[in-house]
Amino acid sequence: MKYVNEYRDGRLARSLAETITRIADPAKHYHFMEFCGGHTHAISRYGIEDLLPANVRMIHGPGCPVCVLPVGRIDAAIALAERPEVTLCTYGDLMRVPGSHGTSLLRAKAAGADIRMVYSTLDAIGIAEAEPERQVVFFAIGFETTTPPTALAIRLAAQKKLSNFSVFCNHVLTPSAIQNILESPDVRSLGTVRIDGFIGPAHVSTVIGTEPYNFFAEEFAKPVVVAGFEPLDVMQAILMLIAQVNDGRHEVENQYVRAVTPGGNARAKAEVAEIFELRKSFEWRGLGMVPYSGLRLKEAYAAFDAERRFGIDYVPARDNPACECGAILRGVKKPVDCKLFGTVCTPETPMGSCMVSAEGACAAHWTYGRFRDHARRKAS
Amino acid sequence: MCLAIPAEVTELLPDGMARVSLDGVGKVVSVALVEDVAVGDYVVIHVGYALTKIDPEEARHTLALLAELAAAPAEGVP
Ligand code: SF4
Repeated sequence: MKYVNEYRDGRLARSLAETITRIADPAKHYHFMEFCGGHTHAISRYGIEDLLPANVRMIHGPGCPVCVLPVGRIDAAIALAERPEVTLCTYGDLMRVPGSHGTSLLRAKAAGADIRMVYSTLDAIGIAEAEPERQVVFFAIGFETTTPPTALAIRLAAQKKLSNFSVFCNHVLTPSAIQNILESPDVRSLGTVRIDGFIGPAHVSTVIGTEPYNFFAEEFAKPVVVAGFEPLDVMQAILMLIAQVNDGRHEVENQYVRAVTPGGNARAKAEVAEIFELRKSFEWRGLGMVPYSGLRLKEAYAAFDAERRFGIDYVPARDNPACECGAILRGVKKPVDCKLFGTVCTPETPMGSCMVSAEGACAAHWTYGRFRDHARRKAS
Repeated sequence: MCLAIPAEVTELLPDGMARVSLDGVGKVVSVALVEDVAVGDYVVIHVGYALTKIDPEEARHTLALLAELAAAPAEGVP
């Protein structure tokens, strides 16, 4: 596949790894957090950790929108779907996310709720047009990557004067989450993890550009390298971060120049600004309430806001107390530190959200990492 | 969830839509969020929408740089 396979060359990856080993100062330890689940997935899938020298370690961050959606929001979506007049449209990733008391959208669907998996927001609009007697609600989640498609659908629904379409908005913002990892009060209770630099999101940055990260580079003196999702992209980004640490620099650099510009996608940003505004705070699974980190529909588009139309009153719900997702999303713990990992919690029967999506740290480790653990244990 | 794939635009359709080819498989997506899309462009597709164009010049550049970094001696990297 063009623009994919070239960035997966195994031979090149091994020589890049040698270069990394050469420039990494053996007297130093390097801890880099990849914010995005897409990077976590690539790192696990291609065994990038094994290629790195022991003093360069990757920490998995909270950047998977499925993983950070709090249980209470899943419960609210299930309650919506159980209303007889509602057809709930959702991306497939959300179907198996556990809600409270062992529920999920998949179970609600099996029990008779009208829940439909869609590939695109346009499919949801199509359903609303084809079935005017149903109340079609799009369960919207995701970072800056998925927000513009939701915005466009709302504008289209307004143009078409669709009175039976609305959006249950759970869109969240990447920069606020990164900031929260660096300075929230929970950092004190969960402990901090040392972070010497960030690998910045790939596709989120196609929309927001590299400029929003300047703040971290300056304010927290952390280098940020925005990188693509292919294994060579990730390795080049690691090399660039090591070079910055070695030089004592903390700048925003762009490895993913083929798709990301400093300003991002102006049209997509304008679309989002037209429809959405900031919420004062929004709950994240694992990070708690994060100020100014979520979006809701503006007053002018209130008619398309499912929270208003159906009077959704948000009730926070507790995670399974044994689940360590919170600490894992902050990079403080590893999947194997969780008692439930691989016993009751597997991708087939996820207990926590990190096990649900392939980009979650627990699922990535279950699929690609556990055999390596086993081999390492045997070798030692 | 945030994964997206590069696809080649093969035909522009009305209402901001386009036909794209993903390794030979055809698909219709929205290109309403990207300016000046032309047939032959590569775009990054996510949940049925093109998010950005891939700059072929920069893509070549990155590959050349990667090859250079992989072969680089201890000094002056990167
Ligand atoms: S193994 Fe399961 S329960 Fe434990 S932290 Fe991961 S997702 Fe949560």
